[in-house]
Amino acid sequence: MGSFLSFVRKETLHIIRDPRTMLVVLLMPIVQMTLFGFAISTEINNIDFAVVAPNRTSAIRQQVERLAANAYFTYKGFISPKETDEVLRRGETDVVVVFADDYDRKTLSSALSPTDGAAIQLVFDASNPNIAAAGAGYLQQVLSVGGPATLIEPEMHLMYNPQMKSAYNFVPGIMGLIFILICAIMTSVSIVREKETGTMEVLLASPVRPIRIILAKMIPYFALSCINLATILLLARYALDVPISGSTAGIVAISLLYLILALALGLFISTIADTQVMAMLISGMVLMLPVIMLSGMVFPIENMPKILQALSTIVPARWYIAAIRKLMIEGVPFAAVLKEFAILSGMTLALIGIALRKFNDKLE
Amino acid sequence: MNFSNAIEIKGLTKRYGPVVALDRIRLEVRRGELFGLIGPDGAGKTTLFRLLTTLIDPDEGQASVNGMDTATEYRNIRKTIGYMPGRFSLYPDLTVDENLAFFAALFGTNLRDSHDLIDPIYRQIKPFRTRRAGKLSGGMKQKLALCCALIHRPSVLFLDEPTTGVDAVSRSEFWDMLAELKAKGISILVSTPYMDEANRCDRIALINEGKVLGIDTPQGIVSGFNAPLFALHGDDMFGLLKAARCYAGVRTCYPFGQTHHLVTESGFNAVRFIETLSAEGFSAIELYPVEAGIEDVFIQRMENESGQSHIG
Repeated sequence: MGSFLSFVRKETLHIIRDPRTMLVVLLMPIVQMTLFGFAISTEINNIDFAVVAPNRTSAIRQQVERLAANAYFTYKGFISPKETDEVLRRGETDVVVVFADDYDRKTLSSALSPTDGAAIQLVFDASNPNIAAAGAGYLQQVLSVGGPATLIEPEMHLMYNPQMKSAYNFVPGIMGLIFILICAIMTSVSIVREKETGTMEVLLASPVRPIRIILAKMIPYFALSCINLATILLLARYALDVPISGSTAGIVAISLLYLILALALGLFISTIADTQVMAMLISGMVLMLPVIMLSGMVFPIENMPKILQALSTIVPARWYIAAIRKLMIEGVPFAAVLKEFAILSGMTLALIGIALRKFNDKLE
Repeated sequence: MNFSNAIEIKGLTKRYGPVVALDRIRLEVRRGELFGLIGPDGAGKTTLFRLLTTLIDPDEGQASVNGMDTATEYRNIRKTIGYMPGRFSLYPDLTVDENLAFFAALFGTNLRDSHDLIDPIYRQIKPFRTRRAGKLSGGMKQKLALCCALIHRPSVLFLDEPTTGVDAVSRSEFWDMLAELKAKGISILVSTPYMDEANRCDRIALINEGKVLGIDTPQGIVSGFNAPLFALHGDDMFGLLKAARCYAGVRTCYPFGQTHHLVTESGFNAVRFIETLSAEGFSAIELYPVEAGIEDVFIQRMENESGQSHIG
C-alpha cells in the first residue's frame, strides 16, 4: 500500500509540475460552461420586433405594449407595410408583427370563417432558423395570453423548460463531453508518454505489476475530474440558473460512474496508441466527435436516421447525458435512471476487462 | 543463488518482419563478470537487452538470467535485475530525490537498504538533489539512472549504451563506477558503440547485424588479428585511399582517425608501395606498422562475415 501511495504521489507531481496543462484542465469546464451557457445561446433573448398596423386601435396598442413590456422582446416602432421587407433585410428587426386591417372585427367576432384570413401575421427573418422557430413559438404564446381566444390555435405548454433555456440542454452535454475529454485523453496521453519516453521499459522490467502503476495514474485525474464536477454543478446552479431539481447524490453517483468509465476508456486507448499524438488523435476521433454528434448533446437522437440511432446506443455519453437530463432538469428520482446506470455500469466493466486483457506486461 | 553463469543465451533469434534483428546468438556472461557488447548502431544490442530483461520474447532459442528462463520465469527475473535503457528513462519533471524515491517504491525498498551500494555514486549528484532530472548534465543523468537501476541491489545489471552522449571525463568516471560495482560481485552486461571502452571489460562480444562476430577478452580479440597492419598518411588523404585500394597486395584500406589503416598480404613490400605512390604524384607519404585495435578486428571480421555470406 505504501508503494501504491508513492505511485499516486509521483503522478500528482507530474500534474503539478505542468501547471499549464493543469490550468487548461481546470479552466476548460468554466470556459465551456460560459461559452455554451451565455454566448452560444439558442434561447429567445432580445428579439427585435417592428409593427405594421394600418389602424392603430386600442386593442392593437394594448397588444404592442404587452409585447414591448416582455423582457425577451424589444420594440422597434411602427413601420409601413412596404418597409417590411427592407427592415428585415437590413437586420434592424428580427420579426415584423402585422396586424390585419380589420383586427378588431376579426378578434371580436366569435365565429370566424377560415376564408377571412388571420388577424395577426408574423414575418420572421429565418436566416437563423433556431431563433425564428423558438421566437415564433414564444411570440405566439405571449400574444395569445389574455388575448382573443381565436388566436390560440395549438395550445403549447413547454414542460420543465418553459423559456426553452439552452443551458438546460447544454449543461448535461458539457458534462458528458468534459469528463470524457479530461479522463480519457489525459490518462491515455500520460500512459503513452511513458511508452514514448522509455520509462515504460524500466517500469515493465521491475517486479511491480504495471496495472498497479496504471491504477495509481488514474487517481489524480479522477480527483481533478471531481473538482470539475463540483465546478460544473455550482456554475450550473448559481450562474446559469439550472434547477438541480433531482437528488444531488444521484447526479454525483452517476457522474462518478461515468468518470470511471472515461478513465477505463483512456486506459484502453493507451493500449492501442504508441505515441502521444496518436493517443490524442484516437481520443479526438473516437471520443470527441461521437460525443458531440451522437450523444443528443447537439442533435436530438429522435431525429437521426435509424442507423445513427443504433450507433448512438454504443456512445456512453448518450446514456450519461440522458440520465443527467432526467435527474437535473426533470427532477425524477434515481430509480428512473436505473436503466442508464445499468448500461453505463456494463460498459465500464466491459472496457476495464478489455483494457486489462490488452494491457501487456511485455513491450509487444 | 549460485549459478556459474549470470546469463546464458542459446541460439536466440528475433525477427521484426523480414528483418532479422538477432540471428542465432550464443553467449554467456559469467557470474561477477563485466561483459561488453561492442557493435555499431543497429547491430541488435538493444534488442538483446530487451530479450534479456524480459521485455520481449524471442522467436527462437532460449535465454536465462540467474538460471531462470526469460520467457517463462520473467516475474522472478525482474526482481533480481537492474536495467538502464539506452534512452534517458527517468522522469525529467521530477527532482533527483523524487526519482530515487519513486524507483525505490517501485522495487519495494528504500534508500537506506542499498546505501553502501549507491552512496559512492549518489554522493556525486547529491548537491543537485532538488534539481529536476531533465535539467541535469548528460553525465549526471547517467549517474542518477545508475543509482535508480541499483536501488534494489540487483545481482545482474543491464546497461544499454550508458555512455552515449556523455562527455569523455564522465565516460571515464562511469567506467570506474562499473569497476567498483563489479568488485561488489554484480554481474554487468554493458553495450557501447565506442571501441575504446571495450578494453575496460573482462570479456567482449563483437556484434554486427544481429550476429556475434567473436567473443573473447579484449586482448584475445586483438591478438586474433592475423595480417600485417600499417598506418598511412599523406597530403592527399582521399587520393591515397583510392590509390591504396587499387594496389595489389593491399587487402583493405579504410580511414582511421587522422590516418588510413592498411591491411596487407603477408609478403607486402612497404618500400615499393611508397615508391609507387610517389611516382603517382603523392607527397609527404608516411607509412608505419601499427598494432591492431579492436576496431581493426571488428572491420576485418565484418568483412569476412559479409564475404562468407556472399559466397553462401
